Amino acid sequence: MNELTTQLEVRMPAPGVSVIEISGEVTRESDGALADAYQRASDEARTIILAFDKLEYMNSSGIGLLVTLLVRAQRSRQSILACGLTEHYRQIFELTRLDEVISIYETEDAALTAVA
Amino acid sequence: MSTQPENRDAGAWAQPVHRLTVSEGHINVSGRRPTAPMHGFGRMWQKTYRTSLAGTNLSPSEVITVWKEHFPEFWPAGNRFFAPLAGIAPGEVAALDLSMPGGLKLSTGVLVLYADEESFTLMTPEGHMFAGWITFSAFAEDGATWAQAQVLMRASDPLYELGMTFGGHRQEDAHWSHTLKALAEHLGASGEVSAETVCVDRKRQWSRVGNVWHNAGMRSALHMAGAPGRALKNAFRRHEV
Repeated sequence: MNELTTQLEVRMPAPGVSVIEISGEVTRESDGALADAYQRASDEARTIILAFDKLEYMNSSGIGLLVTLLVRAQRSRQSILACGLTEHYRQIFELTRLDEVISIYETEDAALTAVA
Repeated sequence: MSTQPENRDAGAWAQPVHRLTVSEGHINVSGRRPTAPMHGFGRMWQKTYRTSLAGTNLSPSEVITVWKEHFPEFWPAGNRFFAPLAGIAPGEVAALDLSMPGGLKLSTGVLVLYADEESFTLMTPEGHMFAGWITFSAFAEDGATWAQAQVLMRASDPLYELGMTFGGHRQEDAHWSHTLKALAEHLGASGEVSAETVCVDRKRQWSRVGNVWHNAGMRSALHMAGAPGRALKNAFRRHEV
């Protein structure tokens, strides 16, 4: 198996809105990095947008991490949105029924417009 | 929408499925929707069971190959996993008969949500004891290969939540510890199993109380109770023909 890598960049493009840009792979090994990124994104943010444009690989453990992140956000009364999903990952969100609890937008701009 | 080349994980995921189907003779599976942890009622738990396979010199992919092929054999006695004909492959559906206290047999099933060389994940349908998934994986760590079962779940409805609180969690712990121990012993390892339980969300989702309608335990009990009546009806039919 290839070396697993997860790169997470946190930005705050608008007041109260954070973006976590997810690049590379989301797997069991991404747990610490994702929790850390969520912590940084949570400062003063009521909405967190997960940008998946550069996602290359995600397995079922990775989806599990998204579920636990969603629960943490719900406990903190934050909204989670997703953008930049390819058709493949949209289907995975549909299969796992994450699309019923996370609003999905084509682009980051569309997600930002929706929360403005 | 983003345009990207086909992902490496493309063949490992099941295709989206709205309702499950399984061969005749199994109840509480066909027509049911698969459920994620968000769709359950009870507290959300993440339970991780693992065992070291030190000394076996098997790679994670070799372990998963054996685990997939012999999956039902490692289960505790009294529980049955009716493996799909195609084996544990993405999108396949398996029926289960689980042994419950009081001699009750709980019939339900699972969808193979994900399967690759080093892991596979089973997702539960409506009516199952819990809403969520179980990921079975193998990985190399600290110079050894490890086998792991990780459950991310909420009890599906208030009855199951009650059952989980009063013995269900203990039964589940015993089930997966037995499974890992049996796998390890099959592979020639000692089979010491460690368990870690984390409560991800203490809140119960009262909006999901209605899940009780699909409760496979109640439906299995009704099905068992109706067996003599069905047998009698079939006998009359045969007599009429």
